[in-house]
Amino acid sequence: MEKIIGKVTGVNGNLVSVEVDGSIRKNEVGYVVVGDKKLKGEVIKLNNGIASMQIYEMTEGIKVGDDVEFTSELMSVELGPGLLSRVYDGLQNPLPELAEECGFFLERGTYLNPIPDKDWEFTPIVKVGDSVHPGDALGTVPEGLFKHDIMVPFGLKDSGWTVKSIAEKGTYNVRATIAVIADKNGNEKELSMVFSWPVKKAITCYKERLSPDETLVTKIRCIDTFLPIAKGGTFCTPGPFGAGKTVLQHMQAKNSDVDVVIVAACGERAGEVVEILKEFPELTDPRTGRSLMERTIIICNTSSMPVAAREASVYTAITMAEYYRQMGLSVMLLADSTSRWAQALREMSGRLEEIPGEEAFPAYLESLIAAFYERAGKVRLNDGRIASVTVGGTVSPAGGNFEEPVTQATLKVVGAFHGLSRERSDARKYPSIHPIDSWSKYKGVVDMDKVAVGRNILIHSSEINQMMKVVGEEGTSADDYVIYQKGEMLDAVYFQQNSFDDVDAACEPERQVHEYDILYDILTLKFKFEDKNDIRAFFNELRQKFLDWHGIVFGTDAYAAKEKEILDFYKAKAVN
Amino acid sequence: MQKVYTKIDSIIGNVITVRAEGVKYGDLALVGDSYANIIKLDNDKVSLQVFAGGQGVSTTDPVRFLGKPMMVSFSDHLLGRVFNGAGVPRDNGPALTENMIPIGGPSVNPAKRVIPKKMIRTGIPMIDVFNTLVESQKLPIFSISGEPYNQLLARIALQAEVDVIVLGGMGLKYDDYLFFRDTLEKGGAMGHTVMFVHTAADPTVECTLVPDMALAVAERFALDGKRVLVLLTDMTNFADSMKETAITMEQVPANRGYPGDLYSCLASRYEKAVDFDGAGSLTILGVTTMPGDDVTHPVPDNTGYITEGQYYLKNGHIEPFGSLSRLKQNVNGDTRNDHRALMDGMIKLYSSYKESLEKKSMGFSMSAWDEKLLKYGELFETKLMDLAVNISLEDALDLGWKILAECFEPNETGLKTSLIEERWPKALS
Repeated sequence: MEKIIGKVTGVNGNLVSVEVDGSIRKNEVGYVVVGDKKLKGEVIKLNNGIASMQIYEMTEGIKVGDDVEFTSELMSVELGPGLLSRVYDGLQNPLPELAEECGFFLERGTYLNPIPDKDWEFTPIVKVGDSVHPGDALGTVPEGLFKHDIMVPFGLKDSGWTVKSIAEKGTYNVRATIAVIADKNGNEKELSMVFSWPVKKAITCYKERLSPDETLVTKIRCIDTFLPIAKGGTFCTPGPFGAGKTVLQHMQAKNSDVDVVIVAACGERAGEVVEILKEFPELTDPRTGRSLMERTIIICNTSSMPVAAREASVYTAITMAEYYRQMGLSVMLLADSTSRWAQALREMSGRLEEIPGEEAFPAYLESLIAAFYERAGKVRLNDGRIASVTVGGTVSPAGGNFEEPVTQATLKVVGAFHGLSRERSDARKYPSIHPIDSWSKYKGVVDMDKVAVGRNILIHSSEINQMMKVVGEEGTSADDYVIYQKGEMLDAVYFQQNSFDDVDAACEPERQVHEYDILYDILTLKFKFEDKNDIRAFFNELRQKFLDWHGIVFGTDAYAAKEKEILDFYKAKAVN
Repeated sequence: MQKVYTKIDSIIGNVITVRAEGVKYGDLALVGDSYANIIKLDNDKVSLQVFAGGQGVSTTDPVRFLGKPMMVSFSDHLLGRVFNGAGVPRDNGPALTENMIPIGGPSVNPAKRVIPKKMIRTGIPMIDVFNTLVESQKLPIFSISGEPYNQLLARIALQAEVDVIVLGGMGLKYDDYLFFRDTLEKGGAMGHTVMFVHTAADPTVECTLVPDMALAVAERFALDGKRVLVLLTDMTNFADSMKETAITMEQVPANRGYPGDLYSCLASRYEKAVDFDGAGSLTILGVTTMPGDDVTHPVPDNTGYITEGQYYLKNGHIEPFGSLSRLKQNVNGDTRNDHRALMDGMIKLYSSYKESLEKKSMGFSMSAWDEKLLKYGELFETKLMDLAVNISLEDALDLGWKILAECFEPNETGLKTSLIEERWPKALS
């Protein structure tokens, strides 16, 4: 096929206009030829024979009349074994390999093979003559902890493919042909372990979508008990700067009960990516005892990398998540931060001179955000296995004001909202998720009715606290003061969690149920007190005991001893 | 061959357009005597932003395209010199033309960064003890106009233990420029300092070039294994200059007139801060004045999302609350065994002092404990918070213990018993 060639007619920031003669597609990838470099870009608008392309690299040095080569392919990623534990930029360029090639800096126009050139131990599943559909496994290779399914490419037309030949059990290169399949017209297709998929298209090779009804345990008490997330669900974490969004996401990435975690660092600090890069390989996954990195993929397009690739990075990440879902795994995607992605859209929209919406964000912002989160989901695959993609995104609202368009558009489509509050982070109450403003539509690990009681006490307690600021402690009744103290205690010993303490950092669901039951008992009991000093002293001491208890490993003798101490302490004061 | 174009189509603000062919986006040109760079290409219509401003440019001025992007000379000869935003000497010294390097280069591969673990000592207790500055950190000083932020920067420049200092001044008052120059010369720091200074009277476009020039030079020093500290003052002026250009170019404004790419523009500068794996480091300390003391203003707000913490400068000292060095945990565990505990303990007591102060101002009676706190707060503010204090970290920690001992009994401090036994000043207890 003849390559379609265009000529540059204009440059404005990362937007390049190209005059094209011939057929091109919207969203197809093209390369601007600058000297000996080729700069990747995507067609985002076609008008009167002029294609507007967003270039994923810095555009300095492009001149009018430069050649542009079009590929007639949409922006795609390569899928195959070897993705896990790797670090990519937004365009699926492996960063450590790029460093070997280019040194300290990200030289533009260098594109490396995303899938490592490696041999894998292949075990076939299908036999010659079997009929197969897109997404069906042809065989497996062992990748780290998992059996990685080698599948029929998702993009093939579903028209009665049969297996003509399949490789025998043995070691093959990742790009070697391992199977030949033919459709009913006899057209044959050679398949290797790698194929590509356009990132902006959802992978839908499954039987049906299921409702997200299984709690995804994060071992963060306030989330699992009060503001749960579900496997296949979505949640968002908006918060002003310094409220601890990234620390919270790292905790989720470390402790969540999922098979694969994909971290998309989108337009945020490079230092934070470096922390994951250097820390995760050292940490062990408590579920498997292997390095955490083995279940992690990092996609990073940090804030100083070219803006257009920022948009691509979230799609690259979710496509990889969907790919691993096709193997029956539960996958969690953590995107930090979706606001930066929205800002990238805004920059491009401005250059295209589109009519701006609220705060100059483009009018299609909401539908793009909705479509992105809708790619999450729990599904039943064609072979009956259940798998899920859970998506969590942070939002960085301007000025910490949740009324802004990105937060509002996100809130419409997610199932749980973990709003972070500056007040709480300033008071060093971590995680700084606001206990009352936040909400979740999913089922948690603790009995819902008991949780509702706790929540009511929190709300009541905060009202009393407001009132006390006006009338003082003296003007508050003893009963109200007890409720206030109960709420404060629930906040201090249950919502707050010390992520730097080895034991407290990860609280197992059984432990949450156990401890919440005791707390529930305290919250609902009536106590006998002398005066307010007595009330304060009682709750202070009880709180201290609880905090000590949090530092002890669950199920040990010391744990039981401390538990008895707590029970004895508060029951002595209780009124029957 | 250099072709000269003599027909300028339009001059709007600092942006001129001329019809020319074969020129590259981002390249430099000479319009009359002033430099300009290409900011937009549309067929043969070339938009250029003139560094010296559009004022007085004639439609028949010659435009020469130089065929290369904006560059700055890099060598050890830079040390001790002062330049303006376009790289022209402003100290009557010779112009430097050897070893030209491009500005605004590509970003560092995250895989070649290391986790920052080295402290920068500044001799200022509020920084060293409470919010330690770490090599490769990017930290802004949030402040309002009128606060002594430039004095603070100058003191840090004099006292910080680094190899090279690069000062980028944007929209500086001329007196402030003289102040920096004289202070650094007197303090003997000029020998390892490079200054890129844009004063308030200079053309706006040069203001937007200052950070790129300063950071390009600093990056090279860092690659040579040097520990470099870049001081940028004031980044709000930089953002305002960008706003001016964006509006001249008829870009759709996002928040309060600032361009939609404000975050990316600030980030690409601040993210130059780096600790290279196998070379030196680049640390950025910037000043961001908050118009109307409003931290939700787009410039401080976007800055806060980019940087690793912030120092609040209020009433002449660095506020203990609100100020935050996100990287301090990486270093303050290895300085001295009492550093972390003393830092937390003293801040907690200081916050109690604030509460007592509030109670006092509302007319409540003061208990003995309140009186102790009031004494403590006063000592804390005069002996540690005052910006004129210049002592080493160890002395500052010892001083902290002394202040505690003057005001409290050991068990009132909330510090661990083992530490108190080790560090509590004996004569006073």
